[in-house]
Amino acid sequence: MVTSILHRATGMALVVGMLAMVYGLLALAAGPERWQAFAACVGSPFGKLLLFCFSWALAFHLINGIRHLVQDTGYGWSIPEFVRSSWISIIGSAVLVVVVWGIVLMRWGQA
Amino acid sequence: MNNDPVKNFRTPLKRAIGLGSAMEGTGHFLWQRVTAIALVLCGVYLIGLLFGLTGADYPVARAMVADPVNAVILVAFLIAAFWHAKLGLQVIIEDYVHTPLLGGIAHLANIFVCALAAIAGVLAIVRIALGS
Repeated sequence: MVTSILHRATGMALVVGMLAMVYGLLALAAGPERWQAFAACVGSPFGKLLLFCFSWALAFHLINGIRHLVQDTGYGWSIPEFVRSSWISIIGSAVLVVVVWGIVLMRWGQA
Repeated sequence: MNNDPVKNFRTPLKRAIGLGSAMEGTGHFLWQRVTAIALVLCGVYLIGLLFGLTGADYPVARAMVADPVNAVILVAFLIAAFWHAKLGLQVIIEDYVHTPLLGGIAHLANIFVCALAAIAGVLAIVRIALGS
């Protein structure tokens, strides 16, 4: 139940995130000054918060999307299976976000 | 078409017959899934790519996007992503917007924004990849 509406909500959030990504690509193509401005925007506390939210939305939409693709082939349609795979989406996305940010923070520590 | 049941005695079936199908069939359903699979593949590749980008300065970031393989995957990702976004947002609009005028405007805006964003993103990558 919750995963269904979350899939929509994260999908809409990801569209906004993708528009920001396109803006970043345009900044990268425009030159160093524009890229610096974009990087400063993303690197600000609010930007980092949005980036973190974006990463979770992406992780959830990715895992839940794969879950839907599996269900499209006819697997996991009983209610207990459905509930269990919902938890995989929620817990799996949290684990994925922690792993990804763990790697990123470790790399930042080295740099 | 007059949908007021008091003024119009024709059944909904009678009004629909002869108008033909939308000629779309299962296209929407299929493309939503084809782009989804493409996005899983490209997405995993790009997440790996982003790890190398953390803390990277301008020349490194630009060289990464300009790499021939990365540029191809990025373009594929952008096209699949905004196509997928257009299809997904279309369903959300169909489900939640019930007035024809507002719905029409929302559908148009959805198509225009997704198409423009995809074009802008692809053009930016092409500029970086070709070094202009």
